[in-house]
Amino acid sequence: MILSDNLEMAARQIRLYTLKELKSLGFGHFGGSLSIVEALAVIYGKHLAVEPQNPDDPNRDYFVLSKGHGGPALYATLFLKGFFTEDRLYTLNQNGTTLPSHPDRNLTPGVEMTTGSLGQGISVAGGIAFGNMLAGRDNYTYVIVGDGELNEGQCWEAFQFIGHHRLDHLIVFIDDNKKQLDGLTADIIDPLDLEAKMQAFGFHTEKVDGKSTQAIDNAIQKAKNSSGKPYTIVLDTVKGQGVTHIEEKADNHHLRPNDADWQAINDAILELEDDLKGVRA
Amino acid sequence: MTHILEKDQIEMRQVYADTIRKLAASDSNVIALEADLSSSMSTGSLKNELPGQYVNVGIMEANMMGVAAGLSILGRKPFIHSFGQFVTRRAFDQVFVSLGYAQLSAVIVGSDAGVSAEHNGGTHMTFEDIALMREIPNVHVYEASDATQFGWLLENSYQKGGLHYIRTIRKNATRLYDEGTTFDNAKVLTTGSDITICATGIMVTEALKAAQILKTEGIFAEVIDMFSIKPLDGATLLQSVQKTGCVITAENHNINGGLGSAVAEFLGENHPVPLQRIGVREQFGQVGLMPFLQEFYGLTAANIVTTAQNLKA
Repeated sequence: MILSDNLEMAARQIRLYTLKELKSLGFGHFGGSLSIVEALAVIYGKHLAVEPQNPDDPNRDYFVLSKGHGGPALYATLFLKGFFTEDRLYTLNQNGTTLPSHPDRNLTPGVEMTTGSLGQGISVAGGIAFGNMLAGRDNYTYVIVGDGELNEGQCWEAFQFIGHHRLDHLIVFIDDNKKQLDGLTADIIDPLDLEAKMQAFGFHTEKVDGKSTQAIDNAIQKAKNSSGKPYTIVLDTVKGQGVTHIEEKADNHHLRPNDADWQAINDAILELEDDLKGVRA
Repeated sequence: MTHILEKDQIEMRQVYADTIRKLAASDSNVIALEADLSSSMSTGSLKNELPGQYVNVGIMEANMMGVAAGLSILGRKPFIHSFGQFVTRRAFDQVFVSLGYAQLSAVIVGSDAGVSAEHNGGTHMTFEDIALMREIPNVHVYEASDATQFGWLLENSYQKGGLHYIRTIRKNATRLYDEGTTFDNAKVLTTGSDITICATGIMVTEALKAAQILKTEGIFAEVIDMFSIKPLDGATLLQSVQKTGCVITAENHNINGGLGSAVAEFLGENHPVPLQRIGVREQFGQVGLMPFLQEFYGLTAANIVTTAQNLKA
């Protein structure tokens, strides 16, 4: 199966393989993987200029998953994009795997940067965008950061750097799923008004429905049509997005599913497979 | 061989700036990163001299490491500078993950090593940077002992690729080497049959002074400038201790995790001999001038002499 040009279908494909991948492991980062599925579908399905056949093309676009615990969703996307075959997906976190819980640029084809120690990916994306600007390239750098990840001070250092240098070919997605590992972001450390904060750091900022591929696509298009400032797209998402039962669980950052959870996961897989019947393999 | 122990004309920070300038002229991928300490490291003028090859990121060392990693992904060759404690203690996880674990290339220079931080005092006095950096797999860790060596280490690190940490003082070091000297191995500065003294940085000078004093007492010390703490030149060390049978290490750093540990670990596994470590012991830094601080922490030729006498007694 390859990633569909139809972004809604692409999202369903990524969700399906993220679930199958996590199911094969039996546990894992369900919540924050599922919340970025639509964003990955739009980025990889339409905008990101990368070719598995020519992964080192200096003119390629770059994607950095700063919230590294979303790795399973990225791996599902990279498989669908053609970076590796399906069987590799089911080695997630197995001994000696090339698909570790958090992305590793030296292990997984298509992974641009090693992430997982939160806050570091934005700096790296900033460095990539800065270097490309110095080189006069007009390729784009995309980075997804978690709303919980923004607890890390390094994120704000990086935003200050990116804003100062007006890296307008860098698009920051904030996965605003309102939860971090220990609970609601509003309870643990209130992120306050993310749009206002990012604007204050020198970014064009807009908030979109992170469940809507159309809304995300429109926002990326607007980002590409704007200049002079970097762009933040705040994704209004839900942790566990797209699987109602998981969405409703209070503690769904890292899940060891119980019987009811498995029932919901298996139902979701069947439903997605049904939806995707007829999508070219 | 008697060394004339005089301060070099050129400051170490000038060596840094000049080397960057030279390398950047021949390789457009070279890029220098500063975190608001360019005036302290004489790199301020590079901003205008090297457009597109210099960036002052501001006071954000953690971000600086990530930006360097991003630049390295693009094939740029980052030189990163700040005071030693900021590029190691403060930004250690960023150095470890975004550069080390990610297997990217950068030359990190930590300046104001140990007591040379002088009036910046305890907060700025890094006695643990070598210990921290040694823990990163595949990293190269050096302490520059003079201007010629510092320039060579910078160029060699750039040419080798991978992750390198070079610790240095900022001002004038004692001149030890002629221009054009190469540093593929540890440098045996005096040959001797009775005791091996392994030193780095400012302690090389103290070791040479100590060797001169010891000689008058009939104790012949072999002084080795062990500027590369990782990888350690075990062959040179082994050859020396097989002759002398004992060793003293001397460093402007904590005895735990630095040169003393590296030498002890190597000899413990390969050729155990009596060993004494001179360096900072369970102490924080403090404000003061170098002579006072060296005396306070025992980083002196006199302490090396006493230690050697006791070891040989």
